[in-house]
Amino acid sequence: MSTNRVRVVVTGLGTTTPLGGDVASTWAALLDGRSGIRTLTEDWVDTVPAKFAGVAAVDPGEVLPRPEARRLDRYEQFALIAARQAWQDAGAPEVEPTRLGVVVGSGIGGINTILQAYDTYREKGWNRLSPYTVPMLMPNGAAGWISIDLGAQAGTHAAVSACATGAESIGQAIEMIRSGRADVVVAGGSEAAIHPLNMASFAAMRAMSTRNDEPHRASRPFDKGRDGFVLGEGAGIIVLESEAHAKARGAKIYAVAAGVGITSDGHHISAPEPTGIGGKTAMLTAIADAGLSAADVRHVNAHATSTPVGDEIEARAIREALTGSPLVTSTKSMTGHLLGGAGGIESVFTILALSERIVPATANLDDPADGLDVDIVRGEPRKLPDGQLAAINNSFGFGGHNVAVAFTTA
Amino acid sequence: MAATEQEILAGLGKIVNEITGIPASEVTPEKSFVDDLDIDSLSMVEIAVAAQDEFGAEIPDDQLKHLKTVKDVINFIQN
Repeated sequence: MSTNRVRVVVTGLGTTTPLGGDVASTWAALLDGRSGIRTLTEDWVDTVPAKFAGVAAVDPGEVLPRPEARRLDRYEQFALIAARQAWQDAGAPEVEPTRLGVVVGSGIGGINTILQAYDTYREKGWNRLSPYTVPMLMPNGAAGWISIDLGAQAGTHAAVSACATGAESIGQAIEMIRSGRADVVVAGGSEAAIHPLNMASFAAMRAMSTRNDEPHRASRPFDKGRDGFVLGEGAGIIVLESEAHAKARGAKIYAVAAGVGITSDGHHISAPEPTGIGGKTAMLTAIADAGLSAADVRHVNAHATSTPVGDEIEARAIREALTGSPLVTSTKSMTGHLLGGAGGIESVFTILALSERIVPATANLDDPADGLDVDIVRGEPRKLPDGQLAAINNSFGFGGHNVAVAFTTA
Repeated sequence: MAATEQEILAGLGKIVNEITGIPASEVTPEKSFVDDLDIDSLSMVEIAVAAQDEFGAEIPDDQLKHLKTVKDVINFIQN
């Protein structure tokens, strides 16, 4: 365990999800076991096999002033809303601009803008495009807007690692503070991909659930009846801060962002490597990075997306990596899969599980797959014990990205 | 029948408000878009395109950079 390294703590949380427009409403819905998944009503649903998704509970256009909203892609709107929440929750820390950083990414970026702008270009010509088209479609746009909003000058980054984006962003933020580049970093992920092209493209991979008659029961990680993931949208962003900086200003500390492990499968562009070694090594690396032992981890917010292949491989990786019988849950059973936003919101949930010492249940887990052999919370939320605890958020992405972020109680 | 100065001013106020959120009442003839109203170059492009739609007067890019104040735009549209 390194003793002379900068400790990084979490001082602010922000989310906007299919379950609620903020952290409190989302967390309450998770503990209640509510589903944020609903049938879509757009005309195009007839053209795609999966006709439901986790639409944001609060439309970002209702939150942001119209002049601001119209120059932001929807994924940027979610990110800015979540970042402002997190910043306020952290008490709007006073920090030198050159000591404040941003790491916020998206799996896909401004795809709604790309497609709408292409239609405008073809139908009306180049000079009818919004001059904000490029800033709206670029995947670093959210990070850029947040840096403007907060006046951050220590560096603005946008991790792009598909469904590992949010967690990788938080991992980069931890390293940014440890390396001395910043005292405070706003980090997380955002996604707004409920568009027919995405729904069709994921369907072409046979990756999505088509349980159209029961949308709220479609996302069922670890269940025998699972048939694919359910797309969700929103953002999860946190404020990370050096412990010294947080303590000097008397900040409320939710948890310690203790370690990060990042590996890559180097195996297949979308399918997980079958032994789970990449995920397992990411978890073990995060544990070592945090100065913990495998028995210290008492909770895992699993990546588990409800696809037939991935969930069981992850269960095996957890079983092999962690010896403390952690309580495992997949909150995607209620939020759906937010792709680049997943690691953001699920880090928030992991942090809240530690600080409130309660783990939400995995919804729709009626008939667990055979041989999982991990303690998955189902039915009702379960308490975590008192004392010093650690928890891990796993996020894996197309491209073979594996990220595990380890948090410990404050 | 060409629009009057007052009609153009009211129309511009509405457009600027829609695009930037600045109250229409602050859009007065002597105001500079950049220095007084803090409108950036991208928003100016949006305002010019919206003004073309509203008043039917095309504002070429090489002219746009010379239109510093609200009054400049009103004069350009009237002429």
